[in-house]
Amino acid sequence: MNSGIDLQGTFIQSLSDFGISAELAKVFWMPFPMLLMIIGATVGVLVNVWLERKISAAAQQRIGPEYAGPLGVLQPVADGLKLVFKEDIQPAKSDPILFTMGPVLVVMPVFLSYLIVPFGQNLVITNINTGVFLWIALSSIVPIGLLMAGYSSNNKYSLLGGLRAAAQSISYEIPLALSVLAIVMMSNSLNTIDIVNQQADYGILSWNIWRQPVGFVIFWIAALAECERLPFDLPEAEEELVAGYQTEYSGMKFALFFVGSYVNLVLSALLVAILYLGGWSSPIPIDMLSNLLGVDPSTSWVQVVDASLGISMTLLKAYFLVFIAILTRWTVPRVRIDQLLNLGWKFLLPISLANLLITAALKLAFPTAFGG
Amino acid sequence: MQIAEGVQLVTFGILSLLMLGAALGVVLFANIVYSAFLLGGVFISMAGIYILLNADFVSAAQILVYVGAVNVLILFAIMLVNKREDFKPLKNSWIRQGMTVVVCGGLFALLGSVSLVTPWKISTVMPLASSTVPIAKHFFTDFLLPFELASVLLLMSMVGAIILARRDFVPDTVTGITSTQDSLTLPERPRELAGK
Repeated sequence: MNSGIDLQGTFIQSLSDFGISAELAKVFWMPFPMLLMIIGATVGVLVNVWLERKISAAAQQRIGPEYAGPLGVLQPVADGLKLVFKEDIQPAKSDPILFTMGPVLVVMPVFLSYLIVPFGQNLVITNINTGVFLWIALSSIVPIGLLMAGYSSNNKYSLLGGLRAAAQSISYEIPLALSVLAIVMMSNSLNTIDIVNQQADYGILSWNIWRQPVGFVIFWIAALAECERLPFDLPEAEEELVAGYQTEYSGMKFALFFVGSYVNLVLSALLVAILYLGGWSSPIPIDMLSNLLGVDPSTSWVQVVDASLGISMTLLKAYFLVFIAILTRWTVPRVRIDQLLNLGWKFLLPISLANLLITAALKLAFPTAFGG
Repeated sequence: MQIAEGVQLVTFGILSLLMLGAALGVVLFANIVYSAFLLGGVFISMAGIYILLNADFVSAAQILVYVGAVNVLILFAIMLVNKREDFKPLKNSWIRQGMTVVVCGGLFALLGSVSLVTPWKISTVMPLASSTVPIAKHFFTDFLLPFELASVLLLMSMVGAIILARRDFVPDTVTGITSTQDSLTLPERPRELAGK
């Protein structure tokens, strides 16, 4: 099997040549992908903030940030620095421990979920068999952090915002999980790499979006609701709740919520790209291209091109979805809380259940097309 | 496998300490909200121990079900029920506390002696690479009946919760609420009045 570039194997091999045991070499290797992923996720947030400012400006016929760096690209860095240097205010009657733990509990699971996001055959931190399921489990920790933040602020708007956020993310987790389950059924695996490989055979034609159009829409709506993006940003609805559970937060603790929500948005977009849009595979399969050009796909420069193309494909797909999310935010009004819960429980849940059953039936009827 | 075993041992120690500490906190804190949050800590450290036992699916399910659903529901219940009540000091409360001490001490002695008496054998079977498929096979063959019974139990509790929440037993027209307030009432079923 063509496994592509194996950086880990090469690193361990080269350290072993110096006489270091393979185990120790692996210990030395482990921090690199983790650090890279954390830095990547943080830079992703900066890109996201810049995109949000620029696209919202374009939607409202403004120019947006312009002077901080070319096209204002340094504006998010300035925002971040401002938040770092702001005074960290702790309300007098709040609960200090829970007040600090809340944002931490919101951010940590989101960053941990990057463990399972693959950018190539070997470009993933952990290739575990429960991949997508681990993501769903981790994202279910977030409501506890939100409740903690809402409760410890000792402010009625915060508490209401926290309760709303938890209710929202619990009710949209179910359609989300059911639409993921349909994908898992088709690819016979919870592993993200297997899911991508199963869509890689015929380029753009074999992507899951053609086989799971309903699941794609449900997943995207539910993911937006989980990220509390605008059509569903009730937990922080400014007109009703000041800023929801973030009301009492300032400085870095506020920034943690901010970073968490943007990292979560990028993560959801990446997962949509992996589950429905073929992950790192390009619209035209690279093997077909190299065969057409008469190059052996296992030569080293083709491998390098393949890997870099894989990373850029994943990011391109993800940022296209982020663009759609931002455009939605600046064009669609907010739903009411009863509309939100009705949409989740009375519309998305039955439809995703039906989608799951139909997928199972199609899998039994046409095992070749639906991964028997 | 020196380093891997060492890491496992240290992780096991940290996880057990976390779990025991959090569990003690659940019992001993006077503030019920702290107890509820610490309960989440207990569940998460339990999930970590499952990972050490090579049961990755079970540990993810543990986080999803216990932390993501059960614990959040407990927190909801605590935060939505906002009843202030002054507790009157009971007479002879030492009887109750003494009984609790006796029962808990007896349970501890029983479990402790069981764990000391049992000859713990360490299995030499190689762990499976993926536990998901064997679990599914067990669910649909020899554990089918318990699995289905558990789902029926959950269905029953869900139906019960819906009936309690809808309050269909309240008649549509409640005497006492006059029609003069119609413009001010919310469009929902009249609720049972408090203290009735």
